[in-house]
Amino acid sequence: MAESAQLTLEQPRTTLPSITDADVPEGPRRGVRGYTPRQLFDLFGSMLGAVALATLLFGWFLPLDGPIGWFVVAFVSFLVLYALMVRTDADRQEVADRVVTVLIGSAGVILIGALVFIVVYTLTRGSEAMFHWNFLTQTMQYAGPLDPLSVGGIMHAIVGTLIQISIALVITVPLGIGTAVYLNEVGGRFARFVRTVSDAMTALPSIVAGLFVYAALIQAVTKERSGLAAAIAITVMMMPIVVRSADVVLRLVPQNLREASYALGSSRWSTVWHVVLPTARSGLVTAVILGTARGIGETSPVLLTSGITAALNTNPLSGPMISLPLQVFDFVRSPEPTMVARGFGAAAVLLALVLTLFLIARALGGKAPGELSDRQRRRALEASKRDLDRFTIRANRAAPLDEFEPPASLEKVTA
Amino acid sequence: MTLVLDEAGLALAAPDKARAINVLPGLTDRIFRTVAYAAGGITVAIMVAVGLFLSLRASTALRVAGFSFLTQRAWAPEHQIFGVGAVLFGTVTIALIALAISLPLSLGTALLLSEVVGGRLRGVLVTLVDLMAAVPSIVFGLWGVYFLQAEIIPVSQWIATSFSWIPVFAVTNADGSSATDASAFTSSAFIAGIVVGLMVVPTQTSIMREAFTRAPIGEREGAYALGATRWGMIRTVVLPFGTGGIIGGTMLGLGRALGETIAVYMIISPIFDINWQVLKTGSNSVSALIALRYGEASDFGLSALMAAGLVLFVLTLIVNFTASSIVARSRSGAESDG
Repeated sequence: MAESAQLTLEQPRTTLPSITDADVPEGPRRGVRGYTPRQLFDLFGSMLGAVALATLLFGWFLPLDGPIGWFVVAFVSFLVLYALMVRTDADRQEVADRVVTVLIGSAGVILIGALVFIVVYTLTRGSEAMFHWNFLTQTMQYAGPLDPLSVGGIMHAIVGTLIQISIALVITVPLGIGTAVYLNEVGGRFARFVRTVSDAMTALPSIVAGLFVYAALIQAVTKERSGLAAAIAITVMMMPIVVRSADVVLRLVPQNLREASYALGSSRWSTVWHVVLPTARSGLVTAVILGTARGIGETSPVLLTSGITAALNTNPLSGPMISLPLQVFDFVRSPEPTMVARGFGAAAVLLALVLTLFLIARALGGKAPGELSDRQRRRALEASKRDLDRFTIRANRAAPLDEFEPPASLEKVTA
Repeated sequence: MTLVLDEAGLALAAPDKARAINVLPGLTDRIFRTVAYAAGGITVAIMVAVGLFLSLRASTALRVAGFSFLTQRAWAPEHQIFGVGAVLFGTVTIALIALAISLPLSLGTALLLSEVVGGRLRGVLVTLVDLMAAVPSIVFGLWGVYFLQAEIIPVSQWIATSFSWIPVFAVTNADGSSATDASAFTSSAFIAGIVVGLMVVPTQTSIMREAFTRAPIGEREGAYALGATRWGMIRTVVLPFGTGGIIGGTMLGLGRALGETIAVYMIISPIFDINWQVLKTGSNSVSALIALRYGEASDFGLSALMAAGLVLFVLTLIVNFTASSIVARSRSGAESDG
């Protein structure tokens, strides 16, 4: 073996052009990102000029006032000044490039700033109520709108949210993932129909899902609003989302893994159970968690179905059962400042819940199907080592002792 | 393959035939197939039931109202006078204002994330934008009512006085004189549109960003090699390749804006008339109408609300299907050989 390898190396049949370091001309690498000091000077100089100009125009030269008008004037004059400064030593192409970069950057700053501000604003105003421990441990049963924040809380709404989302998950997860498995592993004409219908249902406005449950269940059958009705409304809304995202995740499972499993003679079921689902596990968990976050946060389906109560109700089958988003909505309908503060507190709790779910989903779902964590890889390595040992022992038992030779790959694995 | 020769020496067709693959699924497989089929069947049954139920109940009201359901502005089912003319107008107005706010922001941010920033910062910002897509709409509604409303009214006043020659921006009192009082500017379609716009921006941004990062690297480097600036490269490579993503993302955002309930319901003061002056108090939307009127509705009133819901559903369905077909087509066509 070793000799023939040597021979082929010495007598190559084709000559490949080889590039050595000496052939490549030296030159500075052209950067498309990053800034030179001159560019930074242009940027900050025109910013300063624009602020000065806007301040001068406002109040001194022109009869204008108001912070937003000031901002608009400052921004426009900043763009003009910046374009002029760049123009002093660059052509028009580059001026356009710089101005557009500034515009793109401002869009990003405005958007991300606004979104972060919305979250921070809610959390800050909510902290007033959240600083009272009773806010999380009491209900509003014995607290009126005029009571201070040290009385009453939203425990009933938290419990209601948890019960409703649990019922919704018990229905959605098996059915949603089962449907996604059906779409990908069984297929056929009916599967295409199922896919089209569930895609169409993602367009169903959530208030219409609530209206459906209100008319079909509450008006026609139970005659009262209940936690179960709210859970069903959430299910109708969540189901298409979970089916669609689980479908996308299962489609990402490499086809050759399935083929390898079938080639080993396994049935469809064992392929799905031992190959497809474990490979897609993290993606499926992410799909379910993101669906849960949507389901928890949506107000409109529960607005029509769950009913409003100030007391704790743990029975989903009878009586109204309020949930967090609806509780927020109910609190801020009152003009009392303490009730509004409670509304912000409940919104902050809801926001914290949703953000936690999102971060868990992000931590679990950052990986593509088949990509393993360190621990999983180590476990897989140990399993294959055990298998190898087993095979070696079996081979030893069959072969006479003096012919035994440990397989070469064993050392590689142990190393 | 063995050839069988006859006496004349001619080759006959080979006698081997393709072996019939006769797969008889085992018991577990048959159970698995049945269960999977049942899961798909139940899901579809639920969804079709929702659709059928809505259509059936809505048809009662639609039969009474006839075609005027789409144009009638008043909502009084008890007097048999009802229609979605005004609320549909309000829904579309709010959605279009939302689009006018969200399109430049999401386009700019998507370009920023795909072309300008890099490394760790990009990862952080992408996560942040995705996270914002999960923020509940009631939080946006609270922010709109308790913060934005007070801050935006001076801007509304400024637009109304400076651009009153554009009919949409003018704000007039009942007698036709222009209104300047702050109370004429509260609870308008403009404020609701801004809040809904911010709500849909994250969805739009992530779809556009995905489309932009798919622009082929070969063409990008080609543009740079020909001496293009970054903007030149974006204009000639990224934007043409990402057109489908821009249109599709925008329309998916539009679909969500049309169906948004709670934030709109909290901000607007409902009216049943077509209000062209977007900065002026008063607007309406189909979902806000349902939230407002379901409680007091009779059986027939409920059927009328279902008809309104059905119209909204059909509208978002058309928007969503157009969007997803545009996104899908752009994906398959945008790959290059590079």
